[in-house]
Amino acid sequence: MTGRYLLRRLLDAVLTLFGVALVIFLVLRVIPGDEITARFGIEGGALTDAQIESLRSYYGLDQPLPVQFFSWLGSVLSGNFGVSVTSGNAVSELILSALPVTIELAILASIIGTALGVVLGVFSAARPNSVADTAAQGFGLLGLGIPNFVLAAAVVAVLSAQFGYFPSAAGYAPFFEAPLVNLQQQLYPALVLGIGLAAATMRTTRSAYLEEASRDYVRSAKGKGLAPRRVRWRHIMHNASIPIVTISGIQFGYLLGGTVIVEQIFALPGLGRLVLTGIEQREYAVVQSVIVVIAAMFVLVNLAVDLLYARIDPRVNLS
Amino acid sequence: MSQPIETIEGPAVAAAPLRRGQWLGRLWHNRNGRVGLLIMGLLALLALASALGLTPYSPIAQHPEDQLVGPSSTYWLGTDQFGRDIASRVCAGLLASLRVAVISVAIATILGAAGGIIAGYFGGWTDRIIGRLTDVLFAFPAILLALAIVAALGRGWFNTAIAIAVVYLPIFVRVARGPVLSVRSMDYIRAGKVLGYSPPRLIARHVLPNVAAPIIVQVALALSWAILTESGLSFLGLGTQPPEPSLGLMVSDARTLFDRAWWLLVFPSLAIVLAVTGLNLLGDGLRDVLDPTRSQSRGRRRRRR
Repeated sequence: MTGRYLLRRLLDAVLTLFGVALVIFLVLRVIPGDEITARFGIEGGALTDAQIESLRSYYGLDQPLPVQFFSWLGSVLSGNFGVSVTSGNAVSELILSALPVTIELAILASIIGTALGVVLGVFSAARPNSVADTAAQGFGLLGLGIPNFVLAAAVVAVLSAQFGYFPSAAGYAPFFEAPLVNLQQQLYPALVLGIGLAAATMRTTRSAYLEEASRDYVRSAKGKGLAPRRVRWRHIMHNASIPIVTISGIQFGYLLGGTVIVEQIFALPGLGRLVLTGIEQREYAVVQSVIVVIAAMFVLVNLAVDLLYARIDPRVNLS
Repeated sequence: MSQPIETIEGPAVAAAPLRRGQWLGRLWHNRNGRVGLLIMGLLALLALASALGLTPYSPIAQHPEDQLVGPSSTYWLGTDQFGRDIASRVCAGLLASLRVAVISVAIATILGAAGGIIAGYFGGWTDRIIGRLTDVLFAFPAILLALAIVAALGRGWFNTAIAIAVVYLPIFVRVARGPVLSVRSMDYIRAGKVLGYSPPRLIARHVLPNVAAPIIVQVALALSWAILTESGLSFLGLGTQPPEPSLGLMVSDARTLFDRAWWLLVFPSLAIVLAVTGLNLLGDGLRDVLDPTRSQSRGRRRRRR
């Protein structure tokens, strides 16, 4: 892995993130009304022109768009995301408290999804067209076909109807304060997300495994009498792991945004919920900051996956 | 909706051009393709019945004397808390979902494929600018970009369709661009240039038919993702607005009534799952038929050799 390659990829990522910030800034400026109408609502109509003018200059809304953009970008880069009008908290504080919730959920869901997906995939590919294979493929199809909000709604409905239980009923417990309660609260949403991931991972694992299983080195390994389990995991899976790592990485990136609805349904105070409340309360400072933060993580995760690629597969040429 | 969007990058070598109608027959002989066609045919019929007013009741007609009635011969799939017929509402919801999906994917396909073909055909600066734009759009987790756009444009089904189109646009750009790169240097294109054909004619008559296969596969997958996203956004109250029936909204409303009326949750969910699965199967089938180098069942075929 050459330093020059790393530098170029980092530069690329920075350029992309600049574009991301610009897109978000422009998209949110399309919204009819501005933060003043958003803040004062109907009462805004009672303001005199002079009052509106002074508010506009207070919020910097009378500046030309490019000036507004760069001053926003500058403050974001220095860690100042603005203030949430409704709660009065700094947006950076809101993000810092929501970030661990989402990251924990994404990690748990990835672990569940990857473990389940790889095991099912190997299980299914080891005996192609058997009953087990058909069942596993059925799981893969269903897992991709059931939207996670449907699964989440069903899980919540059944839990509360049958057991009168809602995971976050008593408020969210941070991991470092009450780890066991926290894991209980994260378990169901992580399972819901994990099943969708497992389906995709299972399909990738299955086709990667079958692809490798037909190669000559596998025949040789079997021919020299290695135990099937050893051939399966040490030989085939070692070589089939590249597409699996790729899809796991891509999925982790998607999870950062994909947790939105599931967080909402399970009342987890993560980034997704922050965005949704922001949209509902027309808090554009919150919405644009959270989206930029998530996009930044997404770009970094994708970069990490690409670099990891080269560690696993020496054939990948980075230049 | 965390399911990553399944994409295929255009194959390095463009598949053989398709004769009209030939691939539909082949699709029918593919197991996935046939099941997908059957499911989608059934759902399209149900949606059509709703569009023509052939459902037993109006999807928004309230029957106060029949609130929360279970499935019966009068109300096949039961009624909701306002006494509205669930069967009619599911059909109308399917119509709403399919409408958003078809409009958004049509926009994304036409604009995205045009962008990809132009980028691939002309190369150079055009390619670089289009590439940079798609990179930026790819840097957003899909659902989040859709959310931001709906937040900006306002709620409603048409804005949802636009949001979905914007999210899927860069994918079509990439899918179309890849095969154009390999077709561009083919002899028949060079011959066309020598004969003095204009670039639009060359692209429409000679490039497009040779790069259509991956785009068609991607359309099926895009439709499936569009239905997922439309119902998800409606679930959040950002998509189709009440009283217009929508599957996502029905699932959302059914949650609190689940202990008294399971059918409210089960049937709309089933409709979403069937639609998404049907389109996924159709996509798998099309991939098997149109693009054998990337088929899911490739491994199986190899083992049989």
